Amino acid sequence: MANQPGSEFTRRQLLQRAAALAVLAGPAAGVLSACAGGGGGSAGTTGTKSATNPLGVAEDAPLDVVIFDGGFGTDYAKYDINLYKKAFPKANAAFSATQKISDQLQPRFANGTPPDVIDDSGANQIKPGTLVDSNALTDLQPLLDAPSYDDPNVKVKDTLLPNVLDVGTYNGKVYLLNYGYTVYGIWYNAKVFREHNWTPPKTWDQFKALAPQIKAAGIAPWAHAGKYPYYMGVPIMDWVGKVGGKQVLIDIDNLKPNAWRVDAVKTSLNAVLELVHNGWMLPGTEGMTHTESQQAFIDGKAAFLPCGSWLENEMRKTTPAGTELTVLPMPDLTASDKMPYGTLRAEAGEPFIVPAKAKNVAGGLEFLRIMLSKDAARNFAQATSSLSIVKGSADSVTGSTGLASVNKVNTAAGDNLLAYRSVTDWYPTLINEWEAATGELMAGRFTADQWIDKVQAAADKVAADSSIAKFHRDK
Amino acid sequence: MKFRRLPFIAGFLVVPVVLYVIYVVSPFVQTVFYSFTDWGGFSDTQNFIGISNYTRLFQDDIFLSAVVHNAFLLVLMPVVTILLALFLAFMLNVGGREDSAGIRGVRGSSVYKVVLFFPQVLSVAIIVILFQSVFRTDGRGLLNAFLMALGVVDPNQPVQWFNSPSLVMWCLLAVMVWSGVGFYMVLFSAAMQSIPKEIYEAALLDGASRGPTFFRITLPLLWENISVAWVYLGFIALDGFALVTGLTPDTGGGGPDHASELISNVLYRAAFTQGKFGLACAMGVALAVFSLLLAIVQLRITRRDRIEF
Repeated sequence: MANQPGSEFTRRQLLQRAAALAVLAGPAAGVLSACAGGGGGSAGTTGTKSATNPLGVAEDAPLDVVIFDGGFGTDYAKYDINLYKKAFPKANAAFSATQKISDQLQPRFANGTPPDVIDDSGANQIKPGTLVDSNALTDLQPLLDAPSYDDPNVKVKDTLLPNVLDVGTYNGKVYLLNYGYTVYGIWYNAKVFREHNWTPPKTWDQFKALAPQIKAAGIAPWAHAGKYPYYMGVPIMDWVGKVGGKQVLIDIDNLKPNAWRVDAVKTSLNAVLELVHNGWMLPGTEGMTHTESQQAFIDGKAAFLPCGSWLENEMRKTTPAGTELTVLPMPDLTASDKMPYGTLRAEAGEPFIVPAKAKNVAGGLEFLRIMLSKDAARNFAQATSSLSIVKGSADSVTGSTGLASVNKVNTAAGDNLLAYRSVTDWYPTLINEWEAATGELMAGRFTADQWIDKVQAAADKVAADSSIAKFHRDK
Repeated sequence: MKFRRLPFIAGFLVVPVVLYVIYVVSPFVQTVFYSFTDWGGFSDTQNFIGISNYTRLFQDDIFLSAVVHNAFLLVLMPVVTILLALFLAFMLNVGGREDSAGIRGVRGSSVYKVVLFFPQVLSVAIIVILFQSVFRTDGRGLLNAFLMALGVVDPNQPVQWFNSPSLVMWCLLAVMVWSGVGFYMVLFSAAMQSIPKEIYEAALLDGASRGPTFFRITLPLLWENISVAWVYLGFIALDGFALVTGLTPDTGGGGPDHASELISNVLYRAAFTQGKFGLACAMGVALAVFSLLLAIVQLRITRRDRIEF
């Protein structure tokens, strides 16, 4: 309070403040009534299109970007915003960073005043399926068909890695630009393996021969983030796709009846259960968070850990020098796997969206076009030790074993890439039951059949629920 | 001049009433309204769908299990907290040996008071982080390390705490009691100190020992504070959102396999990850009705004649 200590609060002051509060309260009433369905749709400001401004950005329109402050940090966004400011010096472009995307932005969506670009990522992500279902997003086709930033003769979509737009495509339209390129697999520390003269296994039989040796050396063969069963998707679902082929995962995503009751699922689950019942798990790992289990792995308490290629960057601060994090594709599970060795789950992640009701839709699309330039993509790889969806983004980056191994296995995999959507982003209720079942499986309280029954029942429930919008994919 | 008083008073009341209506009443009304719609939360349109959110709610196994878990906390948490707080407050204020100074607490009671009140000054986020380390499921967890050192627990089979369906609710209960007991101990201490010393001295002269003193004098004179504490603790037991989200497994908490779902985190998940704000609003309305019923029932049960002293 600005008053001197001991001075009296005068009646005049009180009345002045009351009046000020009443004035403040006026607009608030407008905000709340907007919740009830008023907020009008803005078409977004536009300028004249030209060769250097193919999307028709209004030069002086402010740009409001919200970045998820997670594994990739925010340095790359700072760089990209500066590129935008250089292109449009009159525009007031700025970004803010948060870990609570949904909590902070839901009211803005509900009011019809969302930001122009959102990095909709992290645990507090607004589920993309929900946004698509609410018609809240801009179709990104104009961006993809625009000339690329570096070469006017090449369209933006032709500068990207193969299949990276699939994950942001909903019923044929691209609504999300997943900027990061993530490779999933099993991680190990090549330095430890060299010291013990262990060979990274290419088949499940080799794994099973190696695991007792690892255990004899006083190291647990396997660690995972049991508190968040999502992470066990790497062996379970990746093996389902590798053993049964892409069609099994497509059927699962399309909620085909009994899609989970196939041999590939059971084979995969039973192999995972061998980890549990042979005592190859790090004791206590079934209740650990991702950071706890990842740190235990980096500290040398466990030999293998399933994770995505963000691992190296996420753990950078607590990784001792000399650690050689390396990614390994899923080992062959049976002699008759449908997909060959080296098959990877690789997908574009870190979705960027342009809300349909953004004030500066053209500016939002232009910001994404800038992010897809060679300059921005190289900077992203350098700053985050991660690949982006831009072709060749990491070719000039060195000094990181993890990124180098990811680049290598991804090139070797060619077109043998797997993806699944229903239990990662399409159907939140199914994701929830999949996690619950997997948590029970990894704690040794579920058999493979119990897991299948629970997940199949959840999938059937989603299929029968008319209030849930359905998605479909053919490839 | 009397007729001028009404506009004068109304002039002062209008601002707080307007603020209250805008920020408290209108969200309530909106929540009730949305609970009858299919609003997804991320658009500004919605359709009216009658009571189907409510019928859906009472067919939803996960929501119903959350109601059972809240009921578990509602029954046990206030009782355990109040009993423990009463015991501690009694020991700190009148539990010591009587001597020439009259009624006093146990030796070192002022230190204990600070120690026991300490959890109250910690924010929930800190409590969550603290207990994540206490209940860690490997040998680095405080409790597991202690039990392993004692030889009670096999280092290869550490206790699963929050990851065990049979332990998770008890662990939550323990954390809630731990973080609540200090405040109510101070509340009861203050109430005990306002009880005139002469009453205790009279009891002492009559030869009453600690037990009868507590049950015949302290407890009846504290009854009003206890009933208020019970209502407050009941509301806390109906919430529990931050603890469940932060401490229990699965995305958004409530695991393992829905063994610790509470209404609040089922509501949050329905709204923010499943995009069913209409359904979530219906849960919110149900929770509000439960809270009102709870307050009415508890105040009825604990209503006694006021003792003047």
